[in-house]
Amino acid sequence: MMRFLLKGLIRDRSRSLFPLLIVTMGVSITVLVVCWVNGAGGDVIRTNARFFTGHVKIMTRAYAEQADQMPNDLALLKVNELIAGLKKRYPQVRWVPRIRFGGLLDIPDEQGETRTQGPVMGLAVDLINAESREVKMLNLEKALVRGRLPRAPMEILISDEFAKKLGVPLNEPATLIGSTMYGGLAMQNFIVVGTVRFGIAPMDRGAMIADISGVQSALAMDDAAGEVLGFFRNDLYDPATAHRIQSEFNRRFEGNDDEFTPVMLTLEDQNDLGTALRIFESASSIMIFIFVMVMSIVLWNTGLMGSLRRYGEMGVRLAIGESKGHIYGTLILEALVIGFVGSVAGTMLGLSAAYYLQVHGVDISGMVKNSSVLMSNVMRAKISPSSYYIGFIPGFLATVLGSMISGIGIFKRQTAQLFKELEV
Amino acid sequence: MDKAAIITVENVYKSFPMGTGEFTALKEVNLTFGEGEFTGIVGPSGSGKTTLLNIIGSLDVPTKGKAIVMGRNINDLTQKEAADLRNRYLGFIFQTYNLLPVYNVYENVELPLLLLGMPSKERDTAIRQALDWVGLSDKIESRPAQLSGGECQRVAIARAMVKKPKIVLADEPTANLDAKNSHHILRTMEALNRELGTTFIFATHDEKVIRYLRRKVSLEDGKVVADQSMKTQ
Repeated sequence: MMRFLLKGLIRDRSRSLFPLLIVTMGVSITVLVVCWVNGAGGDVIRTNARFFTGHVKIMTRAYAEQADQMPNDLALLKVNELIAGLKKRYPQVRWVPRIRFGGLLDIPDEQGETRTQGPVMGLAVDLINAESREVKMLNLEKALVRGRLPRAPMEILISDEFAKKLGVPLNEPATLIGSTMYGGLAMQNFIVVGTVRFGIAPMDRGAMIADISGVQSALAMDDAAGEVLGFFRNDLYDPATAHRIQSEFNRRFEGNDDEFTPVMLTLEDQNDLGTALRIFESASSIMIFIFVMVMSIVLWNTGLMGSLRRYGEMGVRLAIGESKGHIYGTLILEALVIGFVGSVAGTMLGLSAAYYLQVHGVDISGMVKNSSVLMSNVMRAKISPSSYYIGFIPGFLATVLGSMISGIGIFKRQTAQLFKELEV
Repeated sequence: MDKAAIITVENVYKSFPMGTGEFTALKEVNLTFGEGEFTGIVGPSGSGKTTLLNIIGSLDVPTKGKAIVMGRNINDLTQKEAADLRNRYLGFIFQTYNLLPVYNVYENVELPLLLLGMPSKERDTAIRQALDWVGLSDKIESRPAQLSGGECQRVAIARAMVKKPKIVLADEPTANLDAKNSHHILRTMEALNRELGTTFIFATHDEKVIRYLRRKVSLEDGKVVADQSMKTQ
C-alpha cells in the first residue's frame, strides 16, 4: 500500500511538487535567515568581546563607572598577582591584561619637527609574549595591510586608513602624546612597523595597537592595566558560566567601599550587549515561530485545496472499502514524506546559500562608514550545528500540521456526501 | 428471487434536510435481493435510486427502517465496520467511472486488493484475470486518460469484480456510453453474473440496461411502485 501511495504522490504533481516547493522554499529561507541573524548578531558580540568587553571583564569599581573615558588613573594595580590568582581560581577562562588609552600621534619630519598629527584610540595588548593569544584574538595577521607585527615593546601598528591620511611611512618614529596614570604628560616615541585594517569602522578610523609593556612604560603604568579581560577557552560566550563566575568573584569584595576594589562585568553588562544578545536570540525564535505559523496556514490551504480536488478520489476509496481513518492516515503519511523531503531539500538549499554568505559575506562598509557600533564591514552568515535542524523541524511539523488540519474535513463530511462528489 | 436473500430492506425511509424543512427521498421501501440477481432499480431522476443504492452500499443509513446486507444491519455498523463490509462484499461501478487518473489500469484494479491485504502473487493473478474478463489485458500500462469511455468503464468493472464481491452496485453505468459500448459493458456484466454468481443491482433509467435485467424494481417519488421479473434477451 505504501508503494502504491508513493507512486500516486510522485505522479500527481499538485499533490507533491507544489507543496514540496513551498516547504523547500520556506525551510531554506528560515535556515538562511537564522544563519544570517546568528552571523550578524554573533559578529557584533564577537567583535565587541575580542576588542573591548571580553566574555567577562575586571576593572576597578571607579574605572567601571567611567569606562567610556578610559580613566587610566583608576586602573587596576598589581595586575600580575591578580591574573595569577584568577588563573588558579578560574582555569576555564583565559585572562589577559589590556590598556585602552587615547592620545595624539605626532609624526615628525626629518628635522624632528611636527609634520602632522592626529588623535588615536589606543589598545595595548600582550603582543610579544610567546604564550599570548592576543595576536590571534584580534586577528592581527589577517588585518595586517602593510609591514609586519611588532616584535619589540616600542613597535606599534596603526590603522591603514589613518596611516594614509597622515602619510606615515613604515619603520619611522611616531610620538604618542598622552597622559600618564598619575596625570602627568606622557610623550613616548614608537616605531610604526605595520598598518592594519580590521574591517570595523571605529577601529579603522584611528587605532593604534601597541604591546602592553611599551604602553605601561609610556604611561607609567608598571604592573597596572585598565582592564583584565577573560575569554572562555573555547572562544564561545557561555552566559551561565559567566554569571556564575561574576557573582562568585564579586561576592568576595562585597561590603568593600574602596573605589579601587575590582569588579567583574559579563559581556552582557557592557555596551548594551545583553540587550543585543536577547534581540538576536528572540529574532531567531520569532523567525521560526512566524515560519511555522505561515507555513502551517499555507500548507493547510494547499491541503484543503488538494482535499477538495480529491473528494472524488476519497469517495472511490470509501466505496472500495477504505475507512475514513485509513484515508486520513494516508494523507498524514503523504505529508510526512513531503515534509521530510521538502525539509531536507530546504535545509540543503538554505545551508548552501548560508555557506556562500559565510564565505563571501555582504559588504556593508558604505552603510557603516561613520558608525560607532563595533561591527564588521562585511556581514556574514554563520552556520552552526543548530542550522542543520532549525528549519527541518518546523518544516516537517508545519507540513504534517497543515495536512492534519485540512484532513479533518474528511471526517466532518458525511460519507454519502463525499461519495456524492463522484457525481460532480 | 433467485436464491437466498442477501439484502433485505425493511420499511426504509430516508430524509434529507432542505431549507427549513426536509426532503424525503425514500418512503416505506420494502425489498429483498437474492444471491445472483441481475436487478435494476429504475425510475426518473430524483426518484431515490441512488439513495437506495447508497443505503445498500452502507454509504448512508436509513432515517427509519432497516437495511440488512450480508446479515449485517447497516444502522448498527460503525464507520470501520461499514468500510469492512464494503471491502469484503461490495463492488461499486459509477456513471463517471471514477478511475484514479494518476494510476494505470493495472494499479486501478489493484487498489481493492491492496486494501484487502492480499499477497502480491495472488493479487497479480486476480488482476490479470479481472482484466481478462473485461478484455483489457493489453492495456494494463495505460492511464485512464489514454482510454476511451467504454474502456474506462470496463476498467471500473474489473476494479469492482477483482475481489469477487457478492454484490455489485452500479449507478447509471451506461449513462456516458454510446449504444455499442453500453451493450458490450452489459454483456460483460451479465457474463460475470452468470459465471461468478455475483448479484448486480443497477440504478438506471437507460432502456438499454432495462433490456438485460431479470428483475425490475420501479421507484417513483421514493416509493416502490412496481417489482417485476423480466424476460431477458
